[in-house]
Amino acid sequence: MGTKATASRRTFMKTAGAAAAGALAAPYVKTAHSAGKLKLGLWDHWVPGANEALEQILTRWGEDNGVEVTIDFITSIGNKLLLTAQAESRAGSGHDIYSHAFAMVPLFKHRLVAVDDVVEDILSTQGPIAEISRFSAFLDGAWKGSPSPTGTLSYPTVARRDLFLEHAGIDLTELFPASDARDPAKVDGWDWETFREAAAALHAAGHSFGAPLATTPDGSAWLAHLFASYGAAMVDERGEVVVNSDAVREVLEYLIRLAEFMPDSVYAWDDASNNRWLISGQGGAIFNPPSAWAVAKRDNPDVARHVWHCDVPRGPAGRFRAFTSFFWGIWDFSESQSAARDLLRYVAQPEVVATMLRASQGFDLPMIRSHYDHSNVWAEAEPPAGVLYNYAMLGDERTVFAGYPAPPEIGARIATQQILPTLAARVTQGGDSISEAVGWAENELEGVLRG
Amino acid sequence: MRVLPPLLRRKPAVAVLMCVPLFALILGLVAYPFFHALFLATLNKAETAFVGLDNFTFLFGRQTFWMVVRQSLLFALVAVVFKALIGLAAAHAINTIPTKGQRKWRGMMLIPWVIPPALSTLGWWWLFEPTYSAINWGLTKFAMPAVPWLSDTFWARFSIILVNVWVGAPFFLIMYLAALKSIPGELYEAAEMDGAGPWQKFFFITLPMIRNIIAITTLFSIIVTLANFDIVRVLTQGGPLNTTHLFATYAFRVGIESGDIPLGASVSLFMFPMLAILAFIILRNVRRRAASLA
Repeated sequence: MGTKATASRRTFMKTAGAAAAGALAAPYVKTAHSAGKLKLGLWDHWVPGANEALEQILTRWGEDNGVEVTIDFITSIGNKLLLTAQAESRAGSGHDIYSHAFAMVPLFKHRLVAVDDVVEDILSTQGPIAEISRFSAFLDGAWKGSPSPTGTLSYPTVARRDLFLEHAGIDLTELFPASDARDPAKVDGWDWETFREAAAALHAAGHSFGAPLATTPDGSAWLAHLFASYGAAMVDERGEVVVNSDAVREVLEYLIRLAEFMPDSVYAWDDASNNRWLISGQGGAIFNPPSAWAVAKRDNPDVARHVWHCDVPRGPAGRFRAFTSFFWGIWDFSESQSAARDLLRYVAQPEVVATMLRASQGFDLPMIRSHYDHSNVWAEAEPPAGVLYNYAMLGDERTVFAGYPAPPEIGARIATQQILPTLAARVTQGGDSISEAVGWAENELEGVLRG
Repeated sequence: MRVLPPLLRRKPAVAVLMCVPLFALILGLVAYPFFHALFLATLNKAETAFVGLDNFTFLFGRQTFWMVVRQSLLFALVAVVFKALIGLAAAHAINTIPTKGQRKWRGMMLIPWVIPPALSTLGWWWLFEPTYSAINWGLTKFAMPAVPWLSDTFWARFSIILVNVWVGAPFFLIMYLAALKSIPGELYEAAEMDGAGPWQKFFFITLPMIRNIIAITTLFSIIVTLANFDIVRVLTQGGPLNTTHLFATYAFRVGIESGDIPLGASVSLFMFPMLAILAFIILRNVRRRAASLA
């Protein structure tokens, strides 16, 4: 489900300031039920230092509330976060609170307790949540997860502004300045055809655009926004298979032309490969959250100072950006549900979110819109000055996830079975005609939809 | 001196008692998971209703599943043949070394087999890394083209078979070496006196004498190779284009990663009848040969 993030965000900034200020002023109230032990299985952050900051926050909360907090940071590399969740849900034991990326909430909804009281408290004091986040976790009439203070992210274009200017003649800082002063006409010209021409020029200069066409979450993510921008879907809102469409054929034709200018290795990339591609100085552009830039700042500052985050190119159906919401859920086998609920409320407080935004160097995006008002992290990030200004979606982009616009349970399986990257690779590498590849996708989607 | 209770003084009772831990392990780690998988394979996706063999019927209509069947068989056959050939050649080579010097060679050759495969495969992954492969770095130093080890279907299949052969060949080596050592030297001496050459000795003495070991080793290796998981999981995760998935990795993708446990259980059980038939044929032949020798 898409949402016009910018317009609503700006409107919200004007109208909900007082409510947000009230939320900031309101102290966290310790409840009588919060003593005990809490085990947390949390997503292992990509950005150096973010885990430590979160650990400090949680430990302090535990000390203040008489709760013994134990934290395991679990990487998402190799899908370990999902695998551990699967193991815990099958075994009926493990952590009390667990980090769930968007596809995991629908997959594990049968083992997650409803946290309506928690989320409604949060939303009533802090204002609305992004519609795409609601769509991911408000399932069968109940909230199955509460907003996580870390992990929610989007996939902007992450490009080398120096290489774009030198080889493609595109000044990304002029198109997407570190201010609200955008020229809509210029931004409108930032479409997939322009991007392909730039990719060709970068490729000729030895600095190709790279994005996974392999079965990895980053592969599904960037293809989700590409497909959406062509109006191409696998399954529609009603749960009907619609992959055999002109829009899908059109986007696959485009992909064949774009892949000519991508490195052959993208068919075996994992989630870290695109980061390495950019950080090494070899890559000209990727689609990724700011982790590549954050690590480049540490490991290759000469590259980091030329990196620029900006909007995703526009397609015939509009401009979309892949967005992954992270939730914290409480397993139904948790014996510390009261303390867990208290903690969920606490970590959604604006000051906690703001602290984590600083610690993650702007990698994390809040899903509650008022939280954007409490941080300047994207405006202040450097080098170069303004590098992340456009990461906090400012333009006409709508948000999508892999599987969009299918219902969450189906979308989650489209994402976890990595149907998009495999479909793309079949036509760009596997030698399938577009009709053969679409036929394969229809066959796979029957498996996704089966009861 | 303490006297054992009467029950423990009876040899059969002691034998049974000492086997209890083994039985417990087999029951807990083999029999229970097997029957639980059978049970799961008969449930619907939500695990709320009995659907009989519907999951298997559903699988038979999936293109990707049949591709996995073909790949698994190709992987197992090619890998086992190469493991057997390399193991046999290496066993012969070591067997020709004087006994005193054999130990260090045996030890060195066993290294790939004793390192946990997930760990050694990670080392191979660094060598094959899609963008910054160490092997490709070496190749380009000699003006040779880089090889798409993991991103091209042919080379990705080649890579997982290569690593599997590297890990598994020492098992064949040690089994064949033990078998070679059990062949009486008099047979070779008699053959030499009759004027037999090296190939004749190999085909008419060595091979017949180690035939049972070859059969059992091959059977065991086919089972283990067909059920391989870690090498594919670490090296390719089934890609590119699902063309390196094996039964275990595909079952994992469908069952664990996508949350369709009954379908995943059905995929993993699919190889059971094939292996059972193969085991029956090979073991029957072994028994017959043993009986004829006796």
